[in-house]
Amino acid sequence: MDERSLAATGQALLALDAITKTFPGVKALDGVHLELHAGQVTALVGENGAGKSTVVKTLTGIYQPDGGRILMDGAEVAFPTAQAAADHGVTAIHQETVLFDELSVAENIFLGHAPRGRFGLIDTKAMRSKAQALLDGIDAQIDAGARLKDLGIASRHLVAIARALSVDARVVIMDEPTAALSQKEIEELYVLVDTLKAQGKAILFISHKFDEIFRIADRWCVFRDGQFVGQGMMADIDEGKLVQLMVGRSVDQIYPKRPAVIGDEVLKVVGYCHPTEFDDIGFTLRKGEILGFYGLVGAGRSEFMQSLIGITKPAKGVARIEGFIKVIRSPADAISAGIVYVPEDRGKQGAILDMPIFQNVTLPSLGQTSRSGFTRMAEEFALARHYTERLDLRAASLDTRVGALSGGNQQKVVIAKWLATRPKVIILDEPTKGIDIGSKAAVHDFMSELAAEGLSVIMVSSEIPEILGMSDRVIVMREGRIAAQLEGSDLTPETLVRHAAGISETAKGKAA
Amino acid sequence: MTMLKARETILTCAILLLLGLIATRFPAFVAPANLLAVFNDTSPLIILALGQMVVILTRCIDLSVAANLALTGMVCAMLNVAYPGLPVAVILIVALACGAVMGAVNGLLVWKLAIPPIVVTLGTMTIYRGIIFLLSDGAWINSHEMSPAFTGFPRMQIYGLPVLGWLAILVIAGMALIMTRTPMGRSFYATGNNPHAAVYTGIDVGRAQFLAFVISGTLAGLAGYLWISRYAVAYVDIAGGFELDVVAACVIGGVSIAGGVGTVFGTILGALFLGVIKNALPVVDISPFWQLAISGAAILVAVTFNSRSGRSRGRVILKSAEKAT
Repeated sequence: MDERSLAATGQALLALDAITKTFPGVKALDGVHLELHAGQVTALVGENGAGKSTVVKTLTGIYQPDGGRILMDGAEVAFPTAQAAADHGVTAIHQETVLFDELSVAENIFLGHAPRGRFGLIDTKAMRSKAQALLDGIDAQIDAGARLKDLGIASRHLVAIARALSVDARVVIMDEPTAALSQKEIEELYVLVDTLKAQGKAILFISHKFDEIFRIADRWCVFRDGQFVGQGMMADIDEGKLVQLMVGRSVDQIYPKRPAVIGDEVLKVVGYCHPTEFDDIGFTLRKGEILGFYGLVGAGRSEFMQSLIGITKPAKGVARIEGFIKVIRSPADAISAGIVYVPEDRGKQGAILDMPIFQNVTLPSLGQTSRSGFTRMAEEFALARHYTERLDLRAASLDTRVGALSGGNQQKVVIAKWLATRPKVIILDEPTKGIDIGSKAAVHDFMSELAAEGLSVIMVSSEIPEILGMSDRVIVMREGRIAAQLEGSDLTPETLVRHAAGISETAKGKAA
Repeated sequence: MTMLKARETILTCAILLLLGLIATRFPAFVAPANLLAVFNDTSPLIILALGQMVVILTRCIDLSVAANLALTGMVCAMLNVAYPGLPVAVILIVALACGAVMGAVNGLLVWKLAIPPIVVTLGTMTIYRGIIFLLSDGAWINSHEMSPAFTGFPRMQIYGLPVLGWLAILVIAGMALIMTRTPMGRSFYATGNNPHAAVYTGIDVGRAQFLAFVISGTLAGLAGYLWISRYAVAYVDIAGGFELDVVAACVIGGVSIAGGVGTVFGTILGALFLGVIKNALPVVDISPFWQLAISGAAILVAVTFNSRSGRSRGRVILKSAEKAT
């Protein structure tokens, strides 16, 4: 890999030179540089808010830079529209893939630039065969005639990639492509990226996950707060140095797990079953314990958790809290039983974005802050202040709309909301997904603190380092069942992956 | 929050500007007594719009309010004809209950059968009108058949304002209290703003929507009696098409049709805006047909304004900006 990347070094295929982008009152990009080379993967690294998304939008013609130059093969170009960027062969695969459920795979791939036949009508036959060829080219086992809605999330991703390639792309931008994929699918994506590299395409790879950056990238480029920090070859840098560049300070201890004093049993789940989603889930959770739930995406972890808090109803099963059987039929029941769930998708399931911070925090605790049926603002502010201060939430005022906060701060509001209900068990579903390293460390730190104070934590996570770093004990789920309970010296990346994947020969082979 | 306040300030200014313009051609229009009369005339719209606001906040819509009003009005009128001695208090209770039941039917269909609200209320709108026909055989009930107490109640003056206007003020106060100071009011906002998050927070979204329909129905019932007794006539097509004025008042008042955003104050302003136009145009000698065009334009302006202020909700990229907001 080194020889190839060295050979390709030279003039950049696409370069940003001192690009500046200002929004009213905000400098989103301040003279940034970025070079993308043919046949190489450049990892763009930075905390949330570093300006990565703005760069992607500038490269794809959605935003116009206020200053600086975009160079292709050394010549200055402009992307006044998304179409202009596509015409230059720049294409992006977005964080949330934009596809159409009711259309066929082929139509999705060629929407907007379908091959035309006589009278300018769409040549469906040619479109389908071309689409199939593209899909076969990336080893996707997908029928071009299938409806998109019948495909799983990983297949959709492949369709999005095929769509990106259908415009004869020279530059492929991948914005957190692995966020929604399971480990196996990620491995397949790596193979695909290698294929694209071999075809001489320049790839911009945006990711929060260091293991995949080191696995896949040839070059790195770091932004911080809209400014260019540096770039270079991956071979010349290590993880610690990269993190340091990103955050501008050294993060010594990424997982601040404290040795917890584990007390009595708080939650005992016996024989939770669901007709289609999970079967025979049983475990115990003790005071002060952090219990990790690991598994591939789709292993049934979130589905089980949602059932535990009463969103869906289990067919069978008993939950005991401190020895007493609790019948949980709705989230309100779960809250009063002392179990709260912080969902994975903050925007969709977590915060009420148009409400101010304090109202978000007190929403499940209005019983506490109301008297004779009327809410009391002073009480609400006091409660909200107590918990947001504890989480070190930075906001001008508690009256600020949550939608105006950054992702990390929104996460804090959501967590504050649940802590304010004074729960016994808190379930955190992918607590640090998509948030920057600084906020991640704060969430981890806080999780330890909660456990130390005697709260029991269930952490659903797909990130192995997080699971290993934070959990006292780990339950691995596979296909809706508990595959293993691991603790102590059994807790290694290999055992986790092996149990999660069932057999792990392929995963092991590729990971090596 | 500041955004909302800004929107209401603009609307207030628009209304004042409108009054100023009218005053240049017809100064008597802005005399306090006349303004009170305009408010009184707009009262049914305000009452209905406040109910509609709650429904729209929860991402629903209630197209059956005018039909509910007409049916409740007919029931009250027939009751009055049959038992002329029945006190107005009893009639009022019947009106509220009758409206609430119709609202509850809408709410139950939306909650338990998960039918889209626009379809439910389009259906019940027709059904309620149909029931009026079945009850009355298409006949009118005229003023001479109604008792003086029945028709006199909304016109009774207290401190210079008729009871109709006082009831609107009472509804305004009640709704303001519910929306800002009760967990139920909070749950309406949460439901409309982010139903998924509301569910996780322990709010029963379907129940919140049901309650919104009951509130809307109850207020429509109240407006039903007031309308019929004020105009002293009840027939099948009364207040036909009025549901669109009600929705318009909400939209002009800044209630987001996407749910979750809107205030009592804004809705009142939206209703008053329409009320001023309706009352002023004949006075300043402009054809009433302009009224439709002006309300239509006001809706478009309001919606444009709402979507523009929505656009500024983009992502905050820089940390410095985060502190600024």
